[in-house]
Amino acid sequence: MSSAGEHRIAGVGRLTPANPVRFTFDGKAYSGLQGDTIASALIASGVHLVGRSFKYHRPRGILSDGPEEPNALVGVRRDAARATPNVRATVQEIYDGLNAVSQNRWPSLSFDVGAVNDIASPLFSAGFYYKTFMWPKVAWEHVYEPFIRNAAGLGQAPTEPDPDHYAAQYAHCDVLVIGGGVAGLSAALAAAESGARVILCDERAAFGGALRFEAEARLDGKPGYDWAQDAAATLAAMDNVRILSRTTAFGYYAQNFVGLAERVTEHLAAPAADAPRERLWQVRAGRVIIAAGAIERHMVFANNDRPGIMLASAARTFLNHHGVAVGRKVGVYTANDSAYAAAIDLKKAGIDIPAIVDVRDNPQGSAIDEARAFGIRVLTGHAVTGTGGKLRVASMIVEPNKGGAAEIIPVDALIMSAGWTPSVHMFSQSRGKVAWDAATERFLPGTYAQDCVSIGACNGTDRLEESVSEAIAAGESAAKATRKRAKKSKVKIAVEGGGDWTGSMLGAGPNGANGKVIKAFVDFQNDVTAKDIRLAVQEGMHSIEHVKRFTTNGMATDQGKLSNLHGLAIAAEALGREIPKVGLTTFRAPYTPTTFGAIVGHARGELFDPARHTPMHESEVAAGAVFEDVGPWKRAWYYPRAGEDMHAAVNRECRTVREVAGMFDATTLGKIEVVGPDAAEFLNLIYTNPFLKLGVGRLRYGIMCREDGFIYDDGVVGRMAEDRFHVTTTTGGAPRVLQHMEDYLQTEFPHMKVWLTSTTEQWAVIAVQGPKAREIIEPFVEGIDLSNEAFPHMSVREGTFCGVPTRLFRMSFTGETGFEINVPADYGRQVWEKVYERGKSMGMCLYGTETMHVLRAEKGYIIVGQDTDGTVTPYDAGLGWAVGKNKTDFVGIRGLKRPDLVADGRRQLVGLKVKDGKTVLEEGAQIVADPNQPVPMKMIGWVSSSYWSENCGRPIALALVEGGFERMGRTLYVPMPDRAIEVEVTGTVFFDEEGGRING
Amino acid sequence: MRRYSGFALVREAMRGHKGWGQQWSSPEPKKEYDVIIVGAGGHGLATAYYLAKEHGITNIAVLEKGWLGGGNTGRNTTIIRSNYLYDESAGLYDHAVKLWENLSQDLNYNVMYSPRGVMMLAHNVHDVQVFKRHIHANRLNGVDNEWLTPEAAKEYCPPLNISQSARYPVMGAALQRRGGTARHDAVAWGYARAASDRGVHVIQNCEVTGVRRGGNGQVTGVETSRGFIGAKKVGVVAAGHTSVIMEMADVRMPLESFPLQALVSEPVKPCFPCVVMSNTVHAYISQSDKGELVIGAGTDQYTSYSQTGGLHIIQHTLDAICEMFPMFTRMKMLRSWGGIVDVTPDRSPIIAKTPVSGLYVNCGWGTGGFKATPGSGHVFAHTIANDNPHRINTAYTIERFNSGRLIDEAAAAAVAH
Amino acid sequence: MLLIHCPYCEEERPEMEFRHAGEAHLERPKNIAEISDEAFAAYFFYRDNPKGVVFERWRHLHGCARFFNAARDTVSDKFLTTYKAGQPKPDLVGAANMNIPAKSGKSGK
Repeated sequence: MSSAGEHRIAGVGRLTPANPVRFTFDGKAYSGLQGDTIASALIASGVHLVGRSFKYHRPRGILSDGPEEPNALVGVRRDAARATPNVRATVQEIYDGLNAVSQNRWPSLSFDVGAVNDIASPLFSAGFYYKTFMWPKVAWEHVYEPFIRNAAGLGQAPTEPDPDHYAAQYAHCDVLVIGGGVAGLSAALAAAESGARVILCDERAAFGGALRFEAEARLDGKPGYDWAQDAAATLAAMDNVRILSRTTAFGYYAQNFVGLAERVTEHLAAPAADAPRERLWQVRAGRVIIAAGAIERHMVFANNDRPGIMLASAARTFLNHHGVAVGRKVGVYTANDSAYAAAIDLKKAGIDIPAIVDVRDNPQGSAIDEARAFGIRVLTGHAVTGTGGKLRVASMIVEPNKGGAAEIIPVDALIMSAGWTPSVHMFSQSRGKVAWDAATERFLPGTYAQDCVSIGACNGTDRLEESVSEAIAAGESAAKATRKRAKKSKVKIAVEGGGDWTGSMLGAGPNGANGKVIKAFVDFQNDVTAKDIRLAVQEGMHSIEHVKRFTTNGMATDQGKLSNLHGLAIAAEALGREIPKVGLTTFRAPYTPTTFGAIVGHARGELFDPARHTPMHESEVAAGAVFEDVGPWKRAWYYPRAGEDMHAAVNRECRTVREVAGMFDATTLGKIEVVGPDAAEFLNLIYTNPFLKLGVGRLRYGIMCREDGFIYDDGVVGRMAEDRFHVTTTTGGAPRVLQHMEDYLQTEFPHMKVWLTSTTEQWAVIAVQGPKAREIIEPFVEGIDLSNEAFPHMSVREGTFCGVPTRLFRMSFTGETGFEINVPADYGRQVWEKVYERGKSMGMCLYGTETMHVLRAEKGYIIVGQDTDGTVTPYDAGLGWAVGKNKTDFVGIRGLKRPDLVADGRRQLVGLKVKDGKTVLEEGAQIVADPNQPVPMKMIGWVSSSYWSENCGRPIALALVEGGFERMGRTLYVPMPDRAIEVEVTGTVFFDEEGGRING
Repeated sequence: MRRYSGFALVREAMRGHKGWGQQWSSPEPKKEYDVIIVGAGGHGLATAYYLAKEHGITNIAVLEKGWLGGGNTGRNTTIIRSNYLYDESAGLYDHAVKLWENLSQDLNYNVMYSPRGVMMLAHNVHDVQVFKRHIHANRLNGVDNEWLTPEAAKEYCPPLNISQSARYPVMGAALQRRGGTARHDAVAWGYARAASDRGVHVIQNCEVTGVRRGGNGQVTGVETSRGFIGAKKVGVVAAGHTSVIMEMADVRMPLESFPLQALVSEPVKPCFPCVVMSNTVHAYISQSDKGELVIGAGTDQYTSYSQTGGLHIIQHTLDAICEMFPMFTRMKMLRSWGGIVDVTPDRSPIIAKTPVSGLYVNCGWGTGGFKATPGSGHVFAHTIANDNPHRINTAYTIERFNSGRLIDEAAAAAVAH
Repeated sequence: MLLIHCPYCEEERPEMEFRHAGEAHLERPKNIAEISDEAFAAYFFYRDNPKGVVFERWRHLHGCARFFNAARDTVSDKFLTTYKAGQPKPDLVGAANMNIPAKSGKSGK
């Protein structure tokens, strides 16, 4: 007995006994060979039972040898944080120390309590849950649904953050070849040798596709599989080719944009720490060549799901590639010649083939003759109508189709083939339309929608020789179409052998047990039987989409690769309609399930959405700032000192600004330089305010609307010269305001000579506000007279600050004497440090956005987006003075006149005084006139801003209240869960109502 | 109609389920109906059902160009909630939630309404202000919605990442406990079955190709791929295709149709107990009864009828999901798909009469129509039956775009539906 | 992700560089302050939403930053042509594989 499994046959297969690999499955140690999948290694050790089905918890084995596998899904666990559910045992390569566990069973795989569902299965017919669990009403949520949820699902989701990382790459190529079987390799060679830039990908670890099991084929005089490895090596060595194994083309998007997922380290025992687990390739291809091959179908018959029953091609791969026999006594049930080839290969390896059961009455062909020549019993016109066994198939029941005695034939494995389904998934995803080929009972590529071509088995090209010539032609023509100076390739491939198979069976085979509960599985994982599909039709599900959704056929993790056509055929038969009339369900991305991590790539943690920092950020960090997220920016929120909470810090900052001065980082405000002879006229149209007469060196607070008349943004605009304005916007609004301005400039007012440039990143902006502001900045300023007379409130001057060129704004968002120092961004931190050093010595503090909010609220200045919400006009906000009365046009002029915008009872911005003098209202709290009315209450407004004002010694609030301007002095109520808070409507200015301080 | 129950199921199980009849009939269209509903999605079927049940109008055809429930009803992520800000919205959506609560029993069809709670995450100070505004307004409107601290949010949804080092840390959440999910197909099928039982004709594979009007402009019927079908009243409930149908009646609409994508993961055992939405990072996620993580993505930027969208939209959504739930990077996307959503300028629906006599329209649900299905059908049925809106949909007119009296939840809240 | 030809850069670039900007050929009324509520709503809110060829605006935001126009089939998402802002609607009769809506003549303006 081989150490790599007692079913390993010496001298057969391509793996090397010198490379043993140890792994565990459900805690038990096994040994396999380098190149094995979990599936092939387990079968080598005689293990077929690997999982339980979704609904009935039936024991299930390994059905396929590829990504279409519906049954053999396992959990693979590298460590606690690297646990991956639903891994296909037929794809996952083994490595030393691999730890796999079975899923969806309790307490163990061989004894699963959930299997009681199988006994009760008559109840669990398709869609049963729609018909019951409705009484009593509350039981659905508390009893039935939790039960169903626990019974469903497959593996366990990971519970810890994933320590692995994922990479991403964009790529362009002339020709993308999807699939590295004989067709894909030939096409890639032809395209590459013609000079095209080629990307070739294949989902499997090695190239070769069907050549893995097709042992007879010879290409260029070499065994097919060897030729494939040589071809891949040739391609890999070419500069204009990139070949990617373990790489699934999973999604075909618009204009030849294809997503590929590459598994980089999943097959390695000890991946390098810096290697990504997977890599996403986003490829834009000139032309796509689809060489996706075909997938063998299973036969649909009673109890066709016992472990040990598998696809013939899978058994052949396990034998010819892995050197593993799937049993010692292997039955065959087929409607296609290909299963004969598998039987003959097994027979040659010394495996007993008790019978080949062929559902066809009179199959003809060399494969059949050869099987007979090997002395294999061939039963044509017979069907397998059932199987015996429990955790492994033990026998097959064989009956003549025309009636007669059943024979029970002992087997320990049963291989089957109902024919081959061309993989039209990617073609269909490209929005091509498939066409039904009645002669061969299959859908083939019909009408193309993008620049792509299908070749080989996925195009219905069956013979090896034809596939190769089709592929070479496709490769050359793709190169010619996408490359200007493509040369004619000299690729010629000599082909010998290769199967020439016919035969197909769609839907359920004959069965001899009419009237009994027959479980003939169509969709293994979702436990959908032929009977379920007939029931769906019986219940009125006449569209294939309804059948699919009602039965869940084709909705399991294999997405119907095996089941869709069978399901369609059974539905068509039940409906008495032809298959193409019933239609095919839509193929959707991904082709095989694709890891979230691969799709996310680098976009995690800091790179999820890179944060924007101002030039002074590090200084603010050093000063102990707490930051808040505003749009993409990190803004200093407040600067707590030792022992201070947010409230205490903000109170101190607020007091200090009004008593001495404070310094604030205003860099994040958007800035746009508006330049040109028509700049003033342009701004006059964009803002509600008049701008034509703004003097050079003066500032104006401007309001911007969209055409609908609601406040869109605001900011201060400075006129630097006759033809030059410095525009500021809100922090979050900067990009959309520039877009808005560009839109009008380019498309509505293209005659205007104006240029717009975003300068947000060019200027660092330091606000110094407070009674001592002038005194603090004075020593740093050159070339500007800071006196009130020479430099009044709302003006701007150019000069130098700390020796650096500055645009110095005399403005205030606090109501204090204030300056905003604009310096080139690179100097921001240096200037900030200098001013802070001097200011600190004079008692100045740093303040953050929270204090800024409180101070501006004390003055009744609005924050767009907080005190306005996209439904507030300038008039509603009490800013009617900012709407140019004599202007004949501006953006929003018409919207503002709409009936509802001039109606009575609009919500208007007012102040609120809390009667008790101490309760700080909650922002967002609603306002009513009568607190004693029943729910639903009539709400007449809401609190938009609310703070404790240390400077006023009481809470202050701004609110939008229906007819608010008319309610001055009235009492209103803010109902809270425990009580209604009494408030009085006031004006919006709470501090320094005369406004003298601003000119100090 | 064969009544569904656990008892009936057991009986049928014992005789091979031979007794179940068709859930809905598939009649040939008659020459004329009292009312034609264009579009057999959830909203259209619900409209027909309530017309029959509450207004005694049973001579109805619901015309569907494809298969019933095959549009956005069968393509959405099934989130149900009613914690909207404005009175008009809260009224409409809460009306729907109240109908959801008894829908399985009313239809005798288990629509699997699962009030497992919908939690909306706040990631910045602005979110907190907005959500609290909603919570206060909801409370005074009698709609449940409560504020959770980050810790309480994590307790409600254990996989949630509330680390302060996250790019956009969770600052709290608004939870509507009555919110949840329902089984989308069952909603369409349940309404179809119950309507069919009351005599409504659900006619699939019947595409409307024209709207015929009489001399006075009044609607007289529709041209279809199966011939002309007369009707006194026509209700258009065609979601993404509303503009196309209304154009046939010479009515231009304030609508644009965008692709909206969604995806599911492979099924896993229960790991996600509620619905979580984050508008700031754009992520919407729950787990279906089958075990799949159901994830809603965003719309593409361009209008389209293609029912497909770009991979970058899916990426953007999964970025956000994995940022909030960092254990999910090892999960796999099983299936992704697209729908066509019709969006109005204020992102609220239109449920109203139209300038054409006898023509009614129910559209503009954007990305959030599923939750409203019962309420929408209920008030639209009222509107058609009485030629006048129900109290609840009075504000949802087309004319509001002339007057400016919009119902702009998104502008008011920066909240996507 | 779409591939879009910028008529200013004269290059095909990925959609990521562009921002969709709504229906094309909508002109802001010169006398906008005087128009009726209905005319204003028609200008600001009502849109062609054809299943077939749409005339729309894009901006090459992360490129030349120019707004331009495109004709695209909303069924296949394929661009028929792109052209500079201010140029008239192209005559697309005869363009291959188009889904022409039943009534395309009403797009107006």
